[in-house]
Amino acid sequence: MTGLSICNLSYSYGTRRALDDVSFDVGAGQFAALLGPNGAGKSTLFSLLTRLFAAPDGRIEIDGHDLARAPRAALARIGVVFQQPTLDLDLSVMRNLTYFAALHGLSGRAARSRIEAALERLGMAERAHERVRDLNGGHRRRTEIARCLIHSPSVLLLDEPTVGLDAASRKAITDHVHDLSRDIGLTVLWATHLTDEIKDDDRLLILHRGRLLQNGFAGDLRGPLPLQEHFLMRTAEQR
Amino acid sequence: MTHALVALNAIVLREAQRFVQQRGRFVAALVRPLIWLLVFAAGFRAALGLSIAPPYQTYITYEVYIVPGLCGMILLFNGMQSSLSLVYDREMGSMRLLLTAPLPRWWLLFCRLVASTAISILQAYTFLAVAAAFGIRMPASGYIAVLPALAITGIMLGALGLALSSLIKQLENFAGVMNFVIFPMFFLSTALYPLWKMAESSTLLRDICAVNPFSHAVELIRFALYGQFNAGALGWTALAGIVFFLLAVWGYDPARGLLRRKG
Repeated sequence: MTGLSICNLSYSYGTRRALDDVSFDVGAGQFAALLGPNGAGKSTLFSLLTRLFAAPDGRIEIDGHDLARAPRAALARIGVVFQQPTLDLDLSVMRNLTYFAALHGLSGRAARSRIEAALERLGMAERAHERVRDLNGGHRRRTEIARCLIHSPSVLLLDEPTVGLDAASRKAITDHVHDLSRDIGLTVLWATHLTDEIKDDDRLLILHRGRLLQNGFAGDLRGPLPLQEHFLMRTAEQR
Repeated sequence: MTHALVALNAIVLREAQRFVQQRGRFVAALVRPLIWLLVFAAGFRAALGLSIAPPYQTYITYEVYIVPGLCGMILLFNGMQSSLSLVYDREMGSMRLLLTAPLPRWWLLFCRLVASTAISILQAYTFLAVAAAFGIRMPASGYIAVLPALAITGIMLGALGLALSSLIKQLENFAGVMNFVIFPMFFLSTALYPLWKMAESSTLLRDICAVNPFSHAVELIRFALYGQFNAGALGWTALAGIVFFLLAVWGYDPARGLLRRKG
């Protein structure tokens, strides 16, 4: 069963081709890392996956729902962490999360218990009433990850979620999301340009200049080489 | 409560929470019309004589005349400021969060409109209260009758801001909106002078004022403040509101991809 399926997806900004006939599937409960240098098309792909804009060509299915035909059903199944922070800095963690829960139709006691569970899972329970502005970068990101779990999605989309974080926070967040995929069977698409965030048993999708160069398990693809070296070699070949 | 109403409630509440946090914005929104009322109107009182015209049944001072226009000014500036915050939101990402909610996009945009209008109405009433404190009072029933007029005007101007925000590429372009939308809309309207006064200097300017939806919104407010109903003004304001809202929905349509300019 596939959690996320993308078929022949292309997108252009005017004459510039940002995505060129991209197709891949991510199995339910799999952690897939979308690795690509800056400008590879990762953010465009995320905008299409979250329907911020729609592609004229290609098909996207999220947990079996076609994003073009049943956008609401598909969007209800995804949890997103955007590259740019999307928290209201002047509101508390709880208020930010309550707002998000309501956008997904959850309110009152049901919303509160889900928010508490999500914060607990990310180790943020004791910060629920702190103002987001007072949190450090790592805790803000954790808040955003907790937020995207509230409505029990089946697919998580994270667009370079560790950008700007220190090494310890980066590792903690990467491990957390790997755990989420393993423990509760979430399908994860994790966009990054940092190879140390990817484990050998993760699914690896290498995107370069809008095209999918490789698709397989990270350990199999890299062979004896460190992943960083493998990645640099493969992208250099395409220059 | 259904999903759509839960979301509406949350979006309005969030706008209110943000507003409470930004007290400077509240003071600024209030100071602008008060300066017009207490300084500009006082200065022009002698220069601009006003004859009796509906809804006024007697001679009025210039301060009394411009109160509805200044209520409109609050709604106009707020509608545009809300568009500024949408551009800012879009850059900062929280607009992304809103637009990825599993609800129809037109509903999400409408919720934002209702939220910003609610805040505008609050400010307009505060302005009316301060004006009353300075002795510029309306009939008591007018303060109730004006509520729907303020709501329709707020929605219409908010929808215009929303439509503009889908077209603005950068935050800096807001200065352009100020010069090319807010000022012409305000000055080429019946907010500061009645149509007949405008006609004395130029019939072309009078005609422009007559088709400006902001003029009709101001007249809707003016009549409502005196407990009177102006069907023509309501029709124009509502029609403009619908057109602006449809433009906004079109601008934010995912297939149109206007958001993509922001990447």
